[in-house]
This record gives sequence, C-alpha cells and structure tokens, in this order.
Amino acid sequence: MLKFRDYSIKKKLTLMNMLVSGTVLLLACTAFGVYEMTTFRANMVRSLSIQAQIVGANSASALLFNDAKSAANTLSALKVAPTVLSGGIYTLAGEPLAVYRRDAGGHTPPLPPMPPGQTEEHWFADKELSLIRSIVFQGKLIGMVYIRSDLQEMNDGLLRYGGIVVAVLSVSMTAAFLLLMMFQRAATRPILQLAETARIVSREKKYSVRAPSTDNHDEVGLLIEAFNEMLAQIQERDAALQTSQEELEQRVAQRTAELDATNKELEAFTYSVAHDLRAPLRHIQGFSDLMMESFASQLEPEAKKYLQRIGEGTQQMGRLIEDLLSLAQVGRQEPRLQVTGLSSIVQEVLRDLKNETQDRDIRWQVGDLPFVDCDPGLMKQVFYNLLSNAAKYTRPRNPAVIDIGQVSVEGQVVNFVRDNGVGFNMKYAHKLFGVFQRLHRKEDFEGTGVGLATVQRIIHKHGGRIWAEAEIDKGATFFFSLAAQKNVRQAANVS
Amino acid sequence: MKIEEIEILLVEDDPLDLEMTLRSLQSDHVNNRIEVARDGEEALDFLFCRGAYSGRSPQQQPKLILLDLKLPKIDGLEVLREIRATPRTRAIPVVILTSSAEQRDIIETYKLGVNSYIQKPVDSAQFRQTVKTAGYYWLVVNRPSPARG
Repeated sequence: MLKFRDYSIKKKLTLMNMLVSGTVLLLACTAFGVYEMTTFRANMVRSLSIQAQIVGANSASALLFNDAKSAANTLSALKVAPTVLSGGIYTLAGEPLAVYRRDAGGHTPPLPPMPPGQTEEHWFADKELSLIRSIVFQGKLIGMVYIRSDLQEMNDGLLRYGGIVVAVLSVSMTAAFLLLMMFQRAATRPILQLAETARIVSREKKYSVRAPSTDNHDEVGLLIEAFNEMLAQIQERDAALQTSQEELEQRVAQRTAELDATNKELEAFTYSVAHDLRAPLRHIQGFSDLMMESFASQLEPEAKKYLQRIGEGTQQMGRLIEDLLSLAQVGRQEPRLQVTGLSSIVQEVLRDLKNETQDRDIRWQVGDLPFVDCDPGLMKQVFYNLLSNAAKYTRPRNPAVIDIGQVSVEGQVVNFVRDNGVGFNMKYAHKLFGVFQRLHRKEDFEGTGVGLATVQRIIHKHGGRIWAEAEIDKGATFFFSLAAQKNVRQAANVS
Repeated sequence: MKIEEIEILLVEDDPLDLEMTLRSLQSDHVNNRIEVARDGEEALDFLFCRGAYSGRSPQQQPKLILLDLKLPKIDGLEVLREIRATPRTRAIPVVILTSSAEQRDIIETYKLGVNSYIQKPVDSAQFRQTVKTAGYYWLVVNRPSPARG
C-alpha cells in the first residue's frame, strides 16, 4: 500500500484539501448541533415547566380541598401536549391526588424522592424528561406536580438536523472537490511538468530539454527558472567538456602517432646501425689483417704496431656497437616474465665467464638466491654484466673474492654482488649507470660505459631498483631488487 | 662434375665484404666455382635463368647459396621466399650471411626454411674462418638432397 508521502502531489493536495474542508465543516456542524441540542433542551424544560406551573396553579384549590376529580380535570389539559407521557398532582406526603397518562393502562409513577429542602427539579433520563414543580398557595407549599415528557420531538429535531448536516456536508465537499480540481490543475501542472523534465534529464542524460516556464511568479515559477538555468549551465559545461575531451583525444592520437613514428625511426636507426656500422669495421680490420698476413715480411715493426692499433680500435668500436645495440634492444622489448631461479642463471653466467677468467684466482662465493618473476634472458644479461665487472675490477687482487647473495633491506629481498676490487669514489656514484659514463681510465680497465646502463634499464623494466656502495681500493657492492620478488619467493617456498 | 658447374651462389652487395668472402672461400683447398649476384634481382635471375642469365640451363643449380639479407632491389628475405616457393630451387641449402643479429630476422628466415643463419663476425679473422667453415661444411661434409635440379 502506498504511504501518504508516496502519493503524487495532485493526490496529496486533493486529500489535504478535502480533509481540511471536511474537518472544518464537520466541526462547525458539530458545534451547531451541540448548540441546537442545548437550546432545544432548555426550551423543552421551559415549556414543560410552564405547563407544570399552569397545572399546579390551577390545581391548588383541588389540592386544598382534596378534590381529585377537579385535579384530574386540570391534568387532562395536558392532552394537548402530545409529548407528555404522564402528569400527576401529589400531596406533600407524596401521595398522588390525580394522575394523567397519555397511554391508558400504564402504572402510576410514584413521586421520585427529592433531596431534602429542594422542591423543584428536572432531569433527563432514559429517553424522557422528568420535571417536578411545587404547588404553592398563599406562600405555602401544598403539593407537587410531576410531569414526564418523551424526547420524541427533540429526537426528530436532531434527526432532521443530522440529515441537513449530511446534505450540507456532501454538497459542500462535492463543491470543494470540483473547485479543487479546477484550481489544482493550475497549481500542480507546472510542478508535474518540472518533474517530467527532471525525469527526462536524469533518464536520458539529455540536457537540452527545458521545463515549460510559467508566468507565475511564485516559488514554483522560481524553481522552474532556476532549474532551467541549471540545465543551461550543465549543457554549456557538457559542451565544453566534450570539446576539451575531443581535443585531448586528438592530441593523444597525434602524440601516439608521433611516438610511433619516432619509434619506427629509432628501430630503423638501430637496424641500420646493426647492419651498416659493423660492415666498415669488419672491412678495416679485415684488410689490415690481410695486409699483415700477405705483406708481413715487407712491413717495418712500426707499421706492424700501427696495424695492431687499427685492430684494437676496431675491436673497441665493435664492442661499443654491440653494447649500444643491446641497450637499445632492452629499451624496446618488454620483459617476458617467468618464475626463474636466480642461482641457475648465476651458474650459467659463471660457465660463460670461465674462459676469460681461467688464468685468474677468483673465489666465487654464491649464496642462497631466490626464485623471482623475471625475463631469464635479460636477467642473465644483468648477472653477466655485474659478474664480469666484478671480475674485471678485481684484476689486481690475488685472490679476488666475489660474493653473490641476497639480503633483506627494509623487508624487501635485495640481491647483491660484492667484490674486493678497486672500488670507486662514492662521489661519482650518480654517474655509475649513465650511458658512456666510466669511473676508470681505459688503459686501467677496458669498457664501453654501456653495460651498467643496460643493467639499470633491465632492472627498471622489472619494476626494481639498483644501487651501489663502494670504497676506493676496498671493493664495490651492487644491490638490486625486483618488483615481485617477495611474493614469488613465498610461492616458491610453498611449492 | 662438369667444368662449368657453379657450386656457390654468393649474393652480396657490399664490394669489400664480397672481396673478403671470396678470398676466404677461394683460399680454401676446395676449388669452388662461385657465381656472384650483387642484388636480389640478379640472384633470382640467375636461379630462374631469366634476364642476363636466360641462356643458362635451369638443370644446373648451385650446391649452396650464401645470402645477405640487406640487398638492393629485392631483399634477402624475399629472395629466400622465392627460392623456397619454387620446386626446382626449394632443396638448395641457403645460408644467411649477414651483419644483423636481429631477433626478427633470425625468426623470419627460419620460418622461411633457411638452413643456417650466420652473423658476419666483426672480427675479420673470425669472419674468414666462419666463411671457410660454412663453405667446407655445406660443400664437403653435407650430403645434398638428390631430389633437386
């Protein structure tokens, strides 16, 4: 069932108005009814009292002379009053002298007892009005008149009154309802239209609609005006938003296209570097080698030395190209992650390094290493760079000690490679991972300055972090973390 | 073996690489007869006896094709595709000899059915050794398919 507050405004207004006007009318009618009844009763008592006094005055002598016949005669005058049920004249002792009864055959009512000292009384009881009046002769109380009257007349009157009330009420309510219908339309129509407009706006997100305005300058008129104004503002903002969004999209598309073009260019560039830059190097070296082979006997030692320098130069440039290409490639490709044990990668790298370190005394100390989510190929590049660096910068040490392991830093598992090599000045630590940045002279330690840049790029691609701590002549430690390392380690432990 | 039979088709556009490759192959004890094509079109003309090679007998095909990838006119990948698409040349061993070690080049050529992929080493001694080894392997060690030619 609908609650009152869920009713439409129209229904609410109707109900309210009908209720108010109905209540007012009903209250008015009730008030009139009460007044009417009171008046009616007072009139009844007065007229009955007059009758009783007339009867009493006329029957005084009959009472004095105990003349029952004359008293009955006087009483019979009550016949003209059809409402009188019975009337009686009583002696002071309460004995009836004469009695009149409208309906013959009824019993003679005894005189009701009176409170002491009181001689006149009336009361309404049980559909009748009883009235007692004293009979006084020459200032002396000589008897009583007791008259009972039915309330038929009053009831008829009240019934009539009730009928009138019902008729008035229904006519008024109908009239009120009709009037209400007439005026209500004018009052509720703007609200209903406003509600309908709001519904369209919220359902269809259509901000171009407007609530039809009225000429009324009432609150509803103001509301409609404000609502329409709000819609206009929303529409304006919507349009602005749309425009800026389109602009943004266009700009994004343009940037994406530019980026794509740049990427393609870059790819073409590295491809061309890979192909075209290597060939001339090969030629320089190839033909200087051929010269060395074919004309060795005719060449001065100085000339041979120069040819050797040419060879060294081309080899260095070859390494540079390789390193740059691998750096570029790391930048281009997304890591293909899979759960990999870092220990197996380290072992693989150590096998690869065996050849170049065979004449060295290096103590590789490989600790526990975790399983991590990583690209195994790229991770091998990381370890290859870090371990070959460690081997390179411990060259003056005998024995060289290189530790590989993991530590916990602020709750995160961090892998490290520590050596007892020549170290570096921490003042230059910020240059460590820059491309072409080197902290050692070429004649001391060869290198291209690209390796650690590549390592850093790979670590970043894995969502990790890399840093180093070192001290000159005491060694260096490289730390790196990988984003998902902790979780995978736990998973690996479970399995 | 007929005197004029070509054993190797060398497709190479870089004159210096060509000179080094030829030197490496010829200094070998195997007396290789080598035909040189300077671009992809020339290579295909030779293999399919078209254009300047229209007088050549299509029955005689080389035992080995050394193919560079970056070539003028028609690139190495396209040449390889055509070789593998033609029944007469399908079985000839093709060895890619190129500067590039690009992943996609390697993947693509193997997809097209290349027999071997060799990156030209920057080191010239290694380069010459590699070329020699490849020539020796494919011409002397390897047993070619009898179904070709």
